[in-house]
Parts: sequence; structure tokens; C-alpha cells
Amino acid sequence: MRGSEAAVPRSRLAVAGARATTLAMLRQQPRGDVIRNAAFAAMLLLAVLIALAGLLALLIQAFAKGASALSPDLFTNPPSTAFPDKAGFRPAIIGSLELIAGVVVFVVPVGIGAALYLEEYADSSRWWNRLIELNVQNLAAVPSIIYGILGLAFIVRGPLDLGFILAAGSMTLALLVLPMVIIASREAIRAVPDSIRQGSLALGATKWQTIRAQVLPASIPGIATGVILAVSRALGETAPLLLVGATVFVTFDPTPFSPDGYSAMPVQIFNYALRPQEEFQTLAFAGIIVMLVVLLAMNSFAIWLRNRYEQRW
Amino acid sequence: MSRLEAQSPRYGEKAIHGLLAVCGILSVLTTTAIVISLIGPTIGFFKIVPASEFFFSFDWTPQFEPPGFGVLAIVIGTLNVTLWAMLFAIPIGLGAAIYLSEYAPPRVRKTLKPVLEVLAGIPTVAIGLFALTFLLPHLIQALWPGGFLGGADGKPFMALAASLGIGLMVVPIIASLSDDAMTAVPRGLREGAYALGATKARVATGVVFPAALSGIVASIVLAISRAVGETMIVVIAGGSNPHATFNPVESIQAMTSYIAVTATGDIPTGSIDYKSVFAVGTVLFFMTLVMNVISIRLVRRFREVYD
Repeated sequence: MRGSEAAVPRSRLAVAGARATTLAMLRQQPRGDVIRNAAFAAMLLLAVLIALAGLLALLIQAFAKGASALSPDLFTNPPSTAFPDKAGFRPAIIGSLELIAGVVVFVVPVGIGAALYLEEYADSSRWWNRLIELNVQNLAAVPSIIYGILGLAFIVRGPLDLGFILAAGSMTLALLVLPMVIIASREAIRAVPDSIRQGSLALGATKWQTIRAQVLPASIPGIATGVILAVSRALGETAPLLLVGATVFVTFDPTPFSPDGYSAMPVQIFNYALRPQEEFQTLAFAGIIVMLVVLLAMNSFAIWLRNRYEQRW
Repeated sequence: MSRLEAQSPRYGEKAIHGLLAVCGILSVLTTTAIVISLIGPTIGFFKIVPASEFFFSFDWTPQFEPPGFGVLAIVIGTLNVTLWAMLFAIPIGLGAAIYLSEYAPPRVRKTLKPVLEVLAGIPTVAIGLFALTFLLPHLIQALWPGGFLGGADGKPFMALAASLGIGLMVVPIIASLSDDAMTAVPRGLREGAYALGATKARVATGVVFPAALSGIVASIVLAISRAVGETMIVVIAGGSNPHATFNPVESIQAMTSYIAVTATGDIPTGSIDYKSVFAVGTVLFFMTLVMNVISIRLVRRFREVYD
């Protein structure tokens, strides 16, 4: 009896003592620390808000300045210097679509192939495989205008000598975004666990059968995300196209191999933007709205795809 | 039979192996082609213009008679824009990264990160035009203190407008990659610091940040490389006045804008202008190459520590 009676107040005493000590400790925490903590959090939030404000201001400005020119004419009419109110983007839109089609045709097989080689076949202790790897990572960060120089010296002139045709522009853009596709595909392929491969090989499948039937299907969502992001990058690139002959004033529908020249959406926007008259500025912003809508849709779809099909093994 | 052997030689498998290797090698060929296409005309250029003039003179006046080819003027133009862009983008990008990895609740993080990445997907023409028609008149000229550094009023182009545009473009690169680096720091390090009584801000700046430093530096180096190589924003907002200055409110010409402006249209292959484009391109390529390799190395070292 006496023991338990004594035990209750003693444990209460202990709790009260611990609480008092903790509170004293917390009170001891210098005021400066509390304030510094809050100020730091506020600064971080401010940084995020500035970045978001920049994005928001860009979107709002484009809509405020370009909305008045949004009409079906924008998509169906060719550009015109004489009648800015009737001018549109038709050849540029068609040119961009053809450029992108060429990029996809080249980049999907070669990009996935290179990624498969590096992840599944290459022995990374060999110097040449490490060279390929370093090389891909570096290519992903080479300035786009350098690809323009490559396209000018190697594809338009020089060894391939194709001339200033749309297909040359398409090849230039494809080389530009190829490293992006390789890097994204490698990550998707690496995410497939080894147990899947070993299970397939143990059942007697060959290496290629394993890749085709197990590894590739499992990594398709990741690869598709990478391809979409790469295509949206290619769609928005201007600088390399300036060098490989996206001649700015094209009033006809461009075709891939015609020597008459071609145009693309961002180049046409750039051309309108350079003109001092207000009407052309409005047209440039209308073109930007169209591009932003398309690119935002593509990027959101890619991110949705990544989140939706992200497999947890 | 003592060894397991395939029933057939499996030529198909070997062919596929070869085909995939060719895809990999194609990327090496791209680099080789870049170097080859730069080298030829660059050598031709140095036969006409002495290297001492190119590398040590500040006069970039290709259109004058006699022309001046002192590349330092446009190299400094590029560095001017890059410097101010980084002064804007590094604090903002790192602040956003620390917020994302240490402070943001999971839901906020999951929406905020893609939104910031959208910023990275905006075409640079759009950012350039935004810098010229919004940032320049409504932000810089509205806030610039009077005649400071020569004043900002009445200038149609300036380095700072391009800088802010580029800063906006590279913020998501720094934020996203640094956030990746900081989230990869093991929880145990944070909890150890909390157990020793560190505040949240102390943990973020004193433990997580140094632990992720190589990844963070890599993201910044990559951002610098992007800024140096960015073309459309400097073409639209930076002007075309080759001028060795770090003054942010001066109009300048960057290496990329020289290339873009000069090589547009059908310039004759053998002309000195044509060759100068490649000489400038070579300088640009090697500048970014050095930074890219540093960045790749740093990321690799970081991965080795925590993976």
C-alpha cells in the first residue's frame, strides 16, 4: 500500500520535472533563433513567389497583348507585310508540324536504341562506353546555336549538302534533342528491376526477347515522357533554325524537300516581333499564345503520364 | 556436353547488339561532326586574322574597314549578361530548392515542382519578347535609381533585360536539380541534427545544404552553361553593340547573338564573316564544354556518395 501510494506522486513529480525542464530549455532558445527561423522561411517563400510571379507575368502579358489577334485567320492565313490584320501563321504552323514529324521519326528509334545499348549491353568499365556516356551528357548541354552551326556546315552545306530545305532543319533539331531522349530513356530502363530480367532469362528467353517483352513495355511510360519533353523543346527552338535557313518570309505551304525554303512557328514569331508596328507585335504575341497553349498541353500530358504510370517495383 | 551452349549461333541477337551500338556511336559522331565543322573554318579564320588580335583585343567591329576581330568584346558581353542573370537566379533558385525539399508539404511540392518546370519549357523567343516589352520598361526602367551607372531611361535594349529573362529561364534548372540533390541527403543526417537541438533553418543551411553541395554546384554550373549559350533572349533584348563592359544598363552583344545575327541568311561560304561565325562558335563550344564536364563530374561524385 505505502509503496504504490508513494509511486504515484513520485512519477507525477518526475513528469512535472521533465516538463519544467523542457519548457525552461525552450524558453532558453534565444529569441534571435526563433526570429531567424521565421525570417529564413519567409525568404524561401519569397524566392518561390518571385519565380511564380515571373511565370504569371509572362502568361498574362502574352494574353493581354495577343488576345485581340486570336482568330481562325491566324491558323489559315499566310503572313503578310501589307495587311497585318489579315496575316497569319499557316506556313509556319505547317512547317513546324513537318519539322517535328521528322524529329520524331529519327529520334525515337535512335534514342531508344542508344539508351538500350548503354543500359543493357554496354560494359561500363570499358573506356569507349564511358566516352559515349560522357559524350551524351555533354551533348545535352551544348548550346542550341552550336547545333545550328553544325547544321549549316554539315547538313546544309559540307558533306551532306542538302541545301536550305526543311529536312535539313528537321535533322538539326533531331540531333539537338537526341541526348534528351537518350538520357530520359536510360532512366526509364534503369528503373526496371534486375529480377525481371533474370526471371525472363531463367525461363530461356534470349537477351533481345527479354528486352522486347519485359524491359521495353515496362519502361514505355518513362520513355514516352522523355520523347514528349524533347519534342516540345524542338518545337520551341528558334536559334538553330535561323542558321539552317528557316527563311522568314514564306507565304506558301512548305514541303520537306522543296528548295523554296520553309518557316517555323518560333521563327515567324521572331520575325513579327522585330517589326516596329504595333499590329505585328500583337501578331507575335498571338503566336506566342498559340505556342504556349500547345507546349503547356504537351508538358502537362508528359508530367501526367509520368505520375500516372510511374511503377513502384 | 560439359558446357551449356545455345542451339543456334543466334545471329539475330548479334545483329541487334550491333545495331544498338551504332545508335550509341551516332552520338559520338555528332560531337565529332560539331568539332570538325567548327575547326575547318576556324583555321581558315586564323590564317587571315592573327590569334593575338582575336584573343587580346577589345575591338569587335567586323563591318568596319579595316575590320576588328577582338573577341573579348563579345565574350565580355556574354559574361555581363551571365553575371547578372546568375545574381538573380542563384538566390531565387536555391531558395525555391530549399523550400521544396525542406519546408514544402508533400502536396505543395508535388504541384509546385511541375509548375516550375513549365517555366523551363517556355520557348526562349517568348521569354525574350517578355524581357524586351515587359521587364525592360515596367520593371527595370521603372525601378532603376535615376542616373546610376549612366541611367536606364530611354534605352531600347540592355544587358540587364536579357539577364533577367535568362535568370527566369534558369531558375527551374537550379531549383529542380538542387532539390533533387537535397532530397537525396539521407534522413538520418537531418534527424541527428534535430536531436542535437538544431532549428529547422540550421538543419537546412548547416547540414542538408553542405551535404548536397556538389549536386548544388553542379546545377549552378549547368545553369551558367545554359546562360552562356542562350541565344534568342540576348538577340531580342540585349542589343547588338559589341562593347566590353559589365555595366548592366548598357546595350551589349553576346557571342551567341553575333552568330545568330551574322549567319542568318545566305552569307557566302568563304567570306571572313562566315569564318568569324565559326571562330566565335569554337570559343563558345569550348567554354560550355568545360562547364558541362565540371558539372557532370560533380553530379557523378555526388551520386557516388549517397547512392
